[in-house]
Amino acid sequence: MAPVMIRLENVTKVYRLGAEDVHALRGVDLEVGSGEFVALMGPSGSGKSTLMNLIGCLDRPTSGRYWLDGQNVETMDDDNLSMYRLKHLGFVFQSFNLIPQLTVLENIELPMFYRGVPAAESRERAAALARRVGLGGRLKHRPSELSGGQCQLVAIARALANDPPVILADEPTGNLDSRTGEQIMQILEELHRDGRTIVLVTHEPDIARYAKRRIYLRDGRIEREEHAA
Amino acid sequence: MTFYVAIRNLQLGLKDILSHKTRSLLTTLGVVFGVGSVIAMLAVGEGASQQALEEIRKVGSRNILIIAQKSVDEESVARRYVRMSVYGLKYEDEERIRALTPAIRRIVPVRLMRRDGVLGSRRMELRVVGTTPEWFELVPRRILAGRVLQAGDLAEYARVCVLTEVGARRLLATEHVIGETIQIGPQFFEVVGVVESGAGGRAVAVPDEEVDAYVPLTTQLHVFGEINARVSAGSRDIEKVELHEILVEVAREEWVEPTAAAIETMLQYFHPKKDYKMSVPLALLRQAEQTKRTFNVVLGSIAGISLVVGGIGIMNIMLASVTERTKEIGIRRAIGARRSQIVMQFLIETMVLSGVGGLIGILAGLAIPALITRTTGMPTVVPLYSLVLSFGISVSVGLIFGLYPAIRAARLDPIEALRHE
Ligand SMILES: Nc1ncnc2c1ncn2[C@@H]1O[C@H](COP(=O)(O)OP(=O)(O)OP(=O)(O)O)[C@@H](O)[C@H]1O
Ligand SMILES: [Mg+2]
Repeated sequence: MAPVMIRLENVTKVYRLGAEDVHALRGVDLEVGSGEFVALMGPSGSGKSTLMNLIGCLDRPTSGRYWLDGQNVETMDDDNLSMYRLKHLGFVFQSFNLIPQLTVLENIELPMFYRGVPAAESRERAAALARRVGLGGRLKHRPSELSGGQCQLVAIARALANDPPVILADEPTGNLDSRTGEQIMQILEELHRDGRTIVLVTHEPDIARYAKRRIYLRDGRIEREEHAA
Repeated sequence: MTFYVAIRNLQLGLKDILSHKTRSLLTTLGVVFGVGSVIAMLAVGEGASQQALEEIRKVGSRNILIIAQKSVDEESVARRYVRMSVYGLKYEDEERIRALTPAIRRIVPVRLMRRDGVLGSRRMELRVVGTTPEWFELVPRRILAGRVLQAGDLAEYARVCVLTEVGARRLLATEHVIGETIQIGPQFFEVVGVVESGAGGRAVAVPDEEVDAYVPLTTQLHVFGEINARVSAGSRDIEKVELHEILVEVAREEWVEPTAAAIETMLQYFHPKKDYKMSVPLALLRQAEQTKRTFNVVLGSIAGISLVVGGIGIMNIMLASVTERTKEIGIRRAIGARRSQIVMQFLIETMVLSGVGGLIGILAGLAIPALITRTTGMPTVVPLYSLVLSFGISVSVGLIFGLYPAIRAARLDPIEALRHE
């Protein structure tokens, strides 16, 4: 088996809402190998997004341990977590999350900007990424001038800017029609073939089909797993 | 790398400001007014003090002026239709002052009278100044033609006079004035030279006037006598004054005030009626500087208040901007921006905002004094330091008041910020 990219050990997440505790995750053990394509599935409220946020170093578990690419992450300080997000992880969100006042090119450049890549180099790479997702002619456009599918393509290009080994996609096709969704999934599949580790959250079985491994969550626990033939 | 990031942040900051032109302009108004009014007021203050300095320089900072004046007691000695006043400085005073201290370099006696100068059909009132050649060293004015008075003129009781430029032009109305003979009172004088006219000071008493005729002291006494008579409104004013002014030049600036004090003490003894007054330009200079300092403190306070108000305005708008851009901050954090990078972004944005405000304020601060000078004729000088200082302060205002909103932005939880709509 390939080396382990993501390893969670008995991870829990409890949200404190006033006097009430919400147990979003109740002890998750998970290992994802480098280069795997995994789909997280399960009913609404089962904890898929919570798990994605933990994997994405946007949040810390209430208890349990988490290694990303061999590094113990849950004890890292904020700057180190930011650095991991910057270099190891690429996010694709359901609502695209592009910055509206920046152009397509500038949105794709953003992660490189935070890494301190020189302007000329980052512009060139951003343009190449835009061409790769088929938006080479839209560099100066703003997100408001693009369709939803095009926005998601920009988001994918942005996620690839710093060439991270892991792509996290939380319902990337949730706001798109099925044809555009297919297009997005084909690009994700390509990234998978490049050797990237991909974790995908989705409700749609058709979309989940692209993943070789499907993990079902229920009430904050892993219920079962399926492996594609 | 950090330099590059700063430049990019600057570009992004400018972009955001330009995308909210009206709002940004309104936000910076406090800083604009603060900076503009400070520069304008400093310019007015500086103009006034430079004018005073210029006038004092004309009088000479090492000079002391002693001027005869009618004492209050003297005024009451009126006999029916004829008034005879005897007052003022004596020839002896000149000798006494000369003997007082070796700190004195020059001493110039001055007698004044008003007489009409006549040339052909032209006639104008002149101030006839009887003095010695040293006058022209103590009151240095450019010699425009001919020469000034010489020791020989005094010894020979020469009937010569030196005119000021304005007087020469009005009376003679020709280029060739040297060698012309003009009538002053009943006597004729040869014009031997023309000097630049004194402007006549506003802040300080300047020894020379616009239309002066300088004649040897000896000649003046010989020709016009010691008694000065003037007929006005049916009564005759007769005055007997030996010297109207004594000008003293002290060798060093730091000796001016002690010397003035010594002269004052001595004169008080010999002139119990106090029929003289003293003018010390250097003391006026000190006073002017003191006034300017007070003025600057007041200005500084006003500037401080308006800049704080401006800063609060900027802080307010930046807090609103942080709230408005919560989602954007969440996106940037999710992508991998460190807290310090978010702080930088907002700080640079506020500094650009206040800096632009400062620049507009500087333009206003340059325009207002120019306008004041155009409309009122009041001299204004915009000192370079005031521009640099106020720009620096306005950027610092952005830094100080931008810090809190920037830290608020960086403290946002990335997940919650992302969920914000
Ligand atoms: N910030 C929060 N504060 C309190 N409770 C939260 C918070 N975030 C999530 N939860 C709760 O945790 C549980 C899991 O939420 P999560 O968003 O992970 O579900 P999900 O599987 O992504 O659902 P969906 O399919 O609808 O997106 C839910 O009960 C939710 O209400
Ligand atoms: Mg979710």
